[in-house]
Amino acid sequence: MKSELINALSRAEIDAIEAEITHLPDRKSAAIDALKIVQSQRGWISDDSLSAIAKLLNMSAAELDGIATFYNLIFRHPVGEQVILFCDSVSCWLMNGEKVCSKLQRTLGIQHGETTADGQYTLLPVTCLGDCDHAPAMMVGESLHHDLTVDNIEAIFK
Amino acid sequence: MTQSPLTRNIQGNGPTDILAYEASGGYLAARDNIGKADPADLLQLIKDSNLLGRGGAGFPTGMKWSFVPPADGNGHRYLVANADEMEPGTFKDRLIMENDPHQLIEGMLLSAYTLAADVGYIFIRAEYHLAIARLRSAISEAEQKCYLGDRILGSKYSFHLQVHISAGRYICGEETALLNSLEGKRATPRAKPPFPQVSGLWGRPTIVNNVETLCNIPHIVNHGANWFKSLGKGDNAGTKLFGASGRVKNPGCWELPMGTSIREILEVHAGGMQDGYMLKGFLPGGASTDFLTPDHLDLPMEYEAIQKAGSRMGTGLMVVLDDRACPVGMIANLEKFFARESCGFCTPCREGLPWVQGILDKIEAGHGQAADLEVLERQALFIGAIGNTHCAHAPGAMEPLVSGLKYFRSEFEQHIHDGRCPYAGES
Repeated sequence: MKSELINALSRAEIDAIEAEITHLPDRKSAAIDALKIVQSQRGWISDDSLSAIAKLLNMSAAELDGIATFYNLIFRHPVGEQVILFCDSVSCWLMNGEKVCSKLQRTLGIQHGETTADGQYTLLPVTCLGDCDHAPAMMVGESLHHDLTVDNIEAIFK
Repeated sequence: MTQSPLTRNIQGNGPTDILAYEASGGYLAARDNIGKADPADLLQLIKDSNLLGRGGAGFPTGMKWSFVPPADGNGHRYLVANADEMEPGTFKDRLIMENDPHQLIEGMLLSAYTLAADVGYIFIRAEYHLAIARLRSAISEAEQKCYLGDRILGSKYSFHLQVHISAGRYICGEETALLNSLEGKRATPRAKPPFPQVSGLWGRPTIVNNVETLCNIPHIVNHGANWFKSLGKGDNAGTKLFGASGRVKNPGCWELPMGTSIREILEVHAGGMQDGYMLKGFLPGGASTDFLTPDHLDLPMEYEAIQKAGSRMGTGLMVVLDDRACPVGMIANLEKFFARESCGFCTPCREGLPWVQGILDKIEAGHGQAADLEVLERQALFIGAIGNTHCAHAPGAMEPLVSGLKYFRSEFEQHIHDGRCPYAGES
């Protein structure tokens, strides 16, 4: 069982997860941290990764998948190099956010939930980014872009 | 004495480091009180200050704290800062965390000392990268100066604070959902009682407070309850981070006295409407508050006054509806958000919100029928009833719908009668 674990998770990933567990009252409590650790290395959580993490935490894969699929920032499908989180909440909607997002979708040739053919970008909607005084707003990777218009959105991806 | 205690260090020139924070009077309350003051006196002070929770519900902070049982020495006691700012239209806590992170740390330290909590978490949404980096760096500065960690400032009191980065979902802002998420579980709200004060994180006594609430604590400790009460213009104590977004000339967030009029916020601070746009209505404090209209402009932003007008002050950050945006479309956008962000545990919320969203989308697309409005009203009664669901997500979702049907009913009827959205092609 030990070798099976190491095949699916790297030693560094296991060490990082074990380090989280030391701060917690039980192994299961590290579930979300463990998913984030593995995702930070691999970009997403494959079925193999999910099973390996579940074993490491003494829980069933089904229970862990229930947690993984609950959270919108845990990805159970491969994503692009950078994830675009485009705000679709009310302040951005009032400031023309839908039209700007449509323009972005035409520019990149993808809809919400899709990844560009070159594997560079995945587009997802997100709840209010807390940047409403500069609506519409989106995050590309860790960078916040705001005051978006149908005229300036294209240049961000050139 | 500053009348803008929360934003005194925020001038748009980068974050306040520990030296600048101390130079502005920061950590004075900590040095004067940790290991010296009687926690019972501090609790009484917070009760006397009439501080109300700034996360949206406006519950008295001192009363919330008073439900924590006395320390039993049997394990950890937790203080959690709710930094999961995700209420649509709200952008206040980010301002403090990015620009004056030590204010939150000192607020948490004093609060934790009052509550005899030994472990603290700042539960923050993952998208707030800059705030996360600045909080972590501030925590490490505070640890080096003995404001955090073991035996703080040479006293017997220890408090360990860490940043916990969320994995997403709006519902994590609900305090018991937040606790489940901190425990590594799905973020479904818990049935109450028991309340978190008695049985919170891993079954131990836990207090969850909003960032802005906690940031008020050092100032109350330094200057007293009467000073804090005198900051408000009317019935409510203190200052508040108010703001506006939408088609106003100068959208933003400002620290103003509690009780500042809506008119002053929208016309003076936000600069009024952009040229070519008229004010049609607004949500006073985020997505889950009822619409108000230009008739309400002279109301003070205070919990009771806004409640009497049929809404809630919520987070105090207003979302402005202009005359060229479709109210039906705006409400459809809000209900799409609420439907998506339901945790799915309680049936009225999980099943009812998508139903409502579908009807609104249909009306907006020009396929509505007269009977749809009755269905919406009936649904609002079931979904909105307190007690049908574990948490306030579904009742909150019904606030903009019910008030929208009241104030903009003729627009709903016009969509249905004409078979199209009259605003199509606008904006």
